[in-house]
Amino acid sequence: MTIGILALQGGYVAHAHMLDALSISWKYIRQVRELAEVRALILPGGESSTMLRLLRETGLFPAIQTAGQRGMPLFGTCAGAILLAKKVYAPEQDSLGMMDIAVKRNAYGRQLASCVAQGSSHLKNPMEMVFIRAPEIEILSSEVQIIAAHEKKPVCVQQGRCLAATFHPELGHDTTLHAYFVGLLGQV
Amino acid sequence: MSVFDNETWRVKVGLAEMLKGGVIMDVTTVEQALIAEQSGACAVMALERVPADIRKEGGVARMAFPKMVSEIMAAVSIPVMAKARIGHFAEAQILQALEVDFIDESEVLTPADDEHHINKHNFRVPFVCGCRNLGEALRRIAEGAAMIRTKGEAGSGNIVEAVRHMRTLISEIRKLTVLDEEELASAAKHLAAPLSLVQWVAEHGRLPVPNFSAGGIATPADASLMRQLGAEAIFVGSGIFKSTDPEARAKAIVTATTHYDNPQRVLEVSLGLVGEAMPGLDIRQMHESELFQTRSE
Repeated sequence: MTIGILALQGGYVAHAHMLDALSISWKYIRQVRELAEVRALILPGGESSTMLRLLRETGLFPAIQTAGQRGMPLFGTCAGAILLAKKVYAPEQDSLGMMDIAVKRNAYGRQLASCVAQGSSHLKNPMEMVFIRAPEIEILSSEVQIIAAHEKKPVCVQQGRCLAATFHPELGHDTTLHAYFVGLLGQV
Repeated sequence: MSVFDNETWRVKVGLAEMLKGGVIMDVTTVEQALIAEQSGACAVMALERVPADIRKEGGVARMAFPKMVSEIMAAVSIPVMAKARIGHFAEAQILQALEVDFIDESEVLTPADDEHHINKHNFRVPFVCGCRNLGEALRRIAEGAAMIRTKGEAGSGNIVEAVRHMRTLISEIRKLTVLDEEELASAAKHLAAPLSLVQWVAEHGRLPVPNFSAGGIATPADASLMRQLGAEAIFVGSGIFKSTDPEARAKAIVTATTHYDNPQRVLEVSLGLVGEAMPGLDIRQMHESELFQTRSE
């Protein structure tokens, strides 16, 4: 079983370290044909506008949508969560539309507002969260469940086999969310 | 080293992590910043003049006008960096008050202090600094830099110095990994770097912060070369807006930085370029005093 990590731009190396810590094999994904070699895909943090341009140029934009519709688990962190959303604000931009969430980019402010915080989750409580120029999630349908919250705001949500976090679990030492994501593969 | 555990340090290096695999472009106007963003830049570096113009026009190069930086910050959604003069902590304080996302304490600007770099631990905003070798990189990290870029020779359009500095850095890192404890203590002395950082590098085989490349990148092939030599991301200064085809070149360099190990993709984007790269300079013809890279150690 190999997990794909979208490696067009951003924090893909940190995700690879997390999967190494879980002894799970992984592969960087930069082309459509590589997607066939993996069973799940992580969309890392980084700059969503950069990734969007490269997703279109490579043809990965429709390929990931199709894979997601066929049930491939997708896990987006920060910019990756923005890509999975149905709607994106501040500024408005295109997205894969895999989850019924709206995401506001850079909602907390610039880098000086970036922080390490303690949030809550039924998977682990408290859960350490690294926010870097983080976006904010607005839930648009009852099919979206809250997996983790911080200051009463949803910061990690799930819909079916898609998981989106506005913080960076890959920048800490806690593999809880990555293990949970890999667990989605086993669910029918 | 305890400094790596504190939260401020983690979010500083965290932002640097998010810039990996990307291209950070020098811009001097809002219009250029927008072109950079649309072309796929993962961040922009706001400055008064690109290095090629600083070189040509001479004079003292200072921090960019805060008003211009502020207008660029309002215009784009990607992170905005700005340069401060080496040792000029007041310029850095102003840039932090302006809330830029990253400060480059840069040898491209005229140094403000011949002896001292800024104590970057005093700031909440992350810093990037240039280096030509491992000792210089570790001294900057000890001072609080959250990202290192090899210096190259800015504004030259010539990749040879960027290659020299990256090869030197990677080679020196590799050598540390085979030394024993006594040899590491001696290496720290020769590198003029803290032993704790030397030990960390020896154990992990890399720098404790992201390692990017700058100074002389002008084509998609240059970007691919630097990535293959170990650069985790690319800074392009004069290379984009001193070419005759800035937008097409910016896009091509972004694609080549992502697909650096795929010659077919780098070829495709190179075929798409019809304009000319920036004019280049032969470093061997330059006088020592004309070099930016030797302005700090």
